[in-house]
Amino acid sequence: MATGTTLAIEASGLRKSYGATRAVDGVDLAVPAGAIYGVLGPNGAGKTTTIRMLATLIAPDSGSASVLGHDVVAEADTVRELVSLTGQLASVDEELTGRENLVLLGRLLGYSRAAARTRADELLEAFDIAEAAGRLVKHYSGGMRRRLDIAASIVVTPRLMFLDEPTTGLDPRSRNQVWEIARALVAEGTTILLCTQYLEEADQLADGIAVIDRGRVIAEGTLGHLKASVGTGALRIRLLDGARRAEAAELLERAVGAVVLDPDPAALSVPADAERAAVGVAELARAGIPLAHFTLDQPSLDEVFLALTGRTADDETLQEDVA
Amino acid sequence: MTATTSAPGTDTAAVRRAISSTPRPQRPGPLSAALTFGWRGMLKVKHVPEQLLDATVTPVMFLLMFTYLFGGAIAGSTSAYLDYTLPGMLVMSVLFTTVYSGVSLNTDLTKGVVDRFRSLPIWRPAPLLGSLLGDSVRYVVAGTVIIVVGVALGFRPDGGAVGAIAALALVVVFSFGLSWVFSVLGLLMRSPNAVMNAGFMAIFPLTFLSNVFVDPATLPGPLEAFVDVNPISVLATASRSLMDGEPDGVAIVVSLVVAAALAAVFLPITTRLYRSR
Ligand SMILES: Nc1ncnc2c1ncn2[C@@H]1O[C@H](COP(=O)(O)OP(=O)(O)OP(=O)(O)O)[C@@H](O)[C@H]1O
Ligand SMILES: [Mg+2]
Repeated sequence: MATGTTLAIEASGLRKSYGATRAVDGVDLAVPAGAIYGVLGPNGAGKTTTIRMLATLIAPDSGSASVLGHDVVAEADTVRELVSLTGQLASVDEELTGRENLVLLGRLLGYSRAAARTRADELLEAFDIAEAAGRLVKHYSGGMRRRLDIAASIVVTPRLMFLDEPTTGLDPRSRNQVWEIARALVAEGTTILLCTQYLEEADQLADGIAVIDRGRVIAEGTLGHLKASVGTGALRIRLLDGARRAEAAELLERAVGAVVLDPDPAALSVPADAERAAVGVAELARAGIPLAHFTLDQPSLDEVFLALTGRTADDETLQEDVA
Repeated sequence: MTATTSAPGTDTAAVRRAISSTPRPQRPGPLSAALTFGWRGMLKVKHVPEQLLDATVTPVMFLLMFTYLFGGAIAGSTSAYLDYTLPGMLVMSVLFTTVYSGVSLNTDLTKGVVDRFRSLPIWRPAPLLGSLLGDSVRYVVAGTVIIVVGVALGFRPDGGAVGAIAALALVVVFSFGLSWVFSVLGLLMRSPNAVMNAGFMAIFPLTFLSNVFVDPATLPGPLEAFVDVNPISVLATASRSLMDGEPDGVAIVVSLVVAAALAAVFLPITTRLYRSR
């Protein structure tokens, strides 16, 4: 309280192998309390395995971790009282109704029958699933299922919540709903460890970030740091009149920086932060070059990976493309 | 919908209220947690009756087929055959149902539900013991169906209702032991279907190579020897003796010992796998 350094999660040298696969190969984490911490990584990086160790589901082969000051192995039972897990699979019982799922969890957490029902209804209402409460979960949409899953994780508000790729496969509306819920949880004092493959999701939610790849943390810091290390995004422009591209390129070259010409004869792009991009667009307008369209891209996870590892997140695919 | 800056569909104020209004209750005792899982098992029986139906229809079909197609040839008359085979059909019907214990455990595992349960601060064996409760309902229903169908076809056991109930009880107790074998399968295999296939692949031949359908005295020597020591034969003999009103103490005790041995070996394996998967 006196110092601002309270840690919700402290892990050092976590390792877990499955046969010859080193799923997690020496992960160190220091997650501050009271915020959303993002763990960013491609498929198979070891995100889920790390979470499963921190949530006491599997024991690490070596290394140690404590959650809210309690060791995940020696004090697993205490840790379980403080955390909840929203796994990568929406782990709700498909053969029960939404309400039954929540009542079940309420009862298992110690509520009386009546209190569990009241709590279930409150959550169903708040999470916009009340009207499907009596339907079997196997008939739910992906978004409803995920919201129910999160509701099931906060029947008793946890001090720390693990969210493992909560928006993979959701449409933008459902994704926004999940983000909204995550923000509300943090506002109420819960710490969230968020695993994701989407830079945008980390950008939207996370304060601190660790990038993991092949079972190791390869970069750590705020998203700002990370982007700075990767470089800026790019201003992408499409002209109304492809014949004026050379002129536009020359102008941008002077005002912003090295221009890349697109295969599309009316398109070009230039690496730029928001400020430089605004200057570039203003210059084009002043010169009277009409634009069909322009965007300012964030660096993608791929670009982050390329910058951090010298290879893209999905190396194999890249090689196939080249071959 | 009220206009807010939040995503459509979520009422941020309600979400925040729902999140903040939770004093943590006292954690439930072991028995209470296990009973809650039992309640979950019952709900599944209610919501997914197909599973129960699957497990009861096959034995009923067998009963009809064997009684009317082969009954005369095997035992001289259909009614004599029915008297012989029904107590064994009871065994088959209930034992088939035990395969589904493994199937539903595997479903929980592959859907991530097991992870959720394991991340809760509850008595660790509660989910497994609780599911026995739901299973026992399935066993009793599967057994009752076959007995009722038998009675409708003219089966009149000498032991009367008491004998039939005793036989059913014995078979259900045996199933509690056997179900742990399928629970282990359920925790080791990749999909619910794989568990189902492996389970029936094991239990089908064992049931046929027993005295459920035919008197082993009519079989060639080595086969007869196997059939005689097959635990399913012993259980069927015990079931038959109870229904006949002349309990065969040895068969009953051997059945119970086999059940206890199965549980003693496979229950610890199940709990260990459940904890570490
Ligand atoms: N139970 C297991 N048995 C065998 N191998 C496993 C098991 N769990 C994970 N692995 C392997 O460990 C590696 C890391 O997996 P993990 O699920 O932690 O990655 P992830 O970062 O969560 O990936 P994704 O984004 O695909 O969810 C993968 O190579 C995976 O195949
Ligand atoms: Mg994962």
